[in-house]
Amino acid sequence: MTIETGRPDNLAELLRAGAPALSARWVELVAAPLRGRVSAPELERELTELYAAVLAGVESGSRDVQAAPYAETRALLSDLSRRRARAGFTPTETAIGVFALKQALFELVDRAEVDGSLGDVAAFSLLLDNLGLLTFETYAKAREEVIDEQAEQLLELTTPVVKLWDGVLAVPLVGTLDSARTQVVMEKLLEALVSTGAAHAIIDITGVLAVDTQVAQHLLKTVMAARLMGAECTISGIRPHIAQTIVGLGIEFGDITTKASLADALRHALRRSGVDVVAAQRGR
Amino acid sequence: MSAVERIPILKIGDVLLASIQVDLQDRDVLALQEDLAEKITATGAHGVVLDISAVDIVDSFIGRMFATIASTSRLFDAHTVVVGMRPAVAITLVELGLTLGEVRTALDLEKGLAILAELGERAPR
Repeated sequence: MTIETGRPDNLAELLRAGAPALSARWVELVAAPLRGRVSAPELERELTELYAAVLAGVESGSRDVQAAPYAETRALLSDLSRRRARAGFTPTETAIGVFALKQALFELVDRAEVDGSLGDVAAFSLLLDNLGLLTFETYAKAREEVIDEQAEQLLELTTPVVKLWDGVLAVPLVGTLDSARTQVVMEKLLEALVSTGAAHAIIDITGVLAVDTQVAQHLLKTVMAARLMGAECTISGIRPHIAQTIVGLGIEFGDITTKASLADALRHALRRSGVDVVAAQRGR
Repeated sequence: MSAVERIPILKIGDVLLASIQVDLQDRDVLALQEDLAEKITATGAHGVVLDISAVDIVDSFIGRMFATIASTSRLFDAHTVVVGMRPAVAITLVELGLTLGEVRTALDLEKGLAILAELGERAPR
């Protein structure tokens, strides 16, 4: 017995003795369901590293995967499952990475290639189950992160503030407006007003398919806030059925300027800033 | 108790400029209102510019201050322009449901002075 803590299993010895056979079989088992989506040398490198880390943990005598000796194992596993999640692997394909080691050990013990007692195998099995759970957790977390990032990107993508003319900004809104998005629009527009010093802003909602009371309220607030800052805000491109909804909901736009199209709103803004657009006189 | 912060009031032509650079306490606001009223009568200024570009926190009391100063100045035939309001402040005021009454607003000092010049021209004295 080489285990310093005097635990009644010789798992460490078993894993050390069976290392070459175990990790080879492990790589083989993991590679099969991945069908070449991860290159063989890469997989081998990943799993060899992981095997060494698990072995180091087991050698410490501790069987608690949350304990310090397993820190490296945890880090490697987290990294691995995060990469798998980002690369679009399924949960099964990710978890097999851990559970295949169990199968490899069972096979080896079954064929009596390594000397393992039932106690050892059970202990190792428990350990791997815990590591498997850890993999799942990281995998799920990584997927959630991906979703959050995408939602954020979508928010960024769909609310550009564009400059139409000197001192005239526009926000063309497309898609479904919800409170969160309207809030983002509001903040981005007001920030842009400050940074560009534009005195006119146009919120164009031609691409918006539906408006509810809350969204309308947010739009109104944006216009009021812009006005407080000393800029004039026009809403353009209200679709006929949205106009009907707005009237039906009893939302008052008050003295806020609304225009049928973005062109009208631009013309209005230009006129207010003293610019007149006229056709060039030809043949003078 | 710290002393009341006196906001300096500068005179440029016939416009008074009060640039607020500190977070305002209620009594600072009251002091500013008094000082401005006195200064307008003393100088016969036709416009007041409140620069709040350095203010990032407002409450309803300060929000009402703008309207009060504007109404007071109107009595001396002076217009008030609030300039440089930050987005966060504007959003707060809207959320508080405050309107600024007859206060004019502008994005920066330059535009604020332009508004005052325009108002002065429209009503020659």
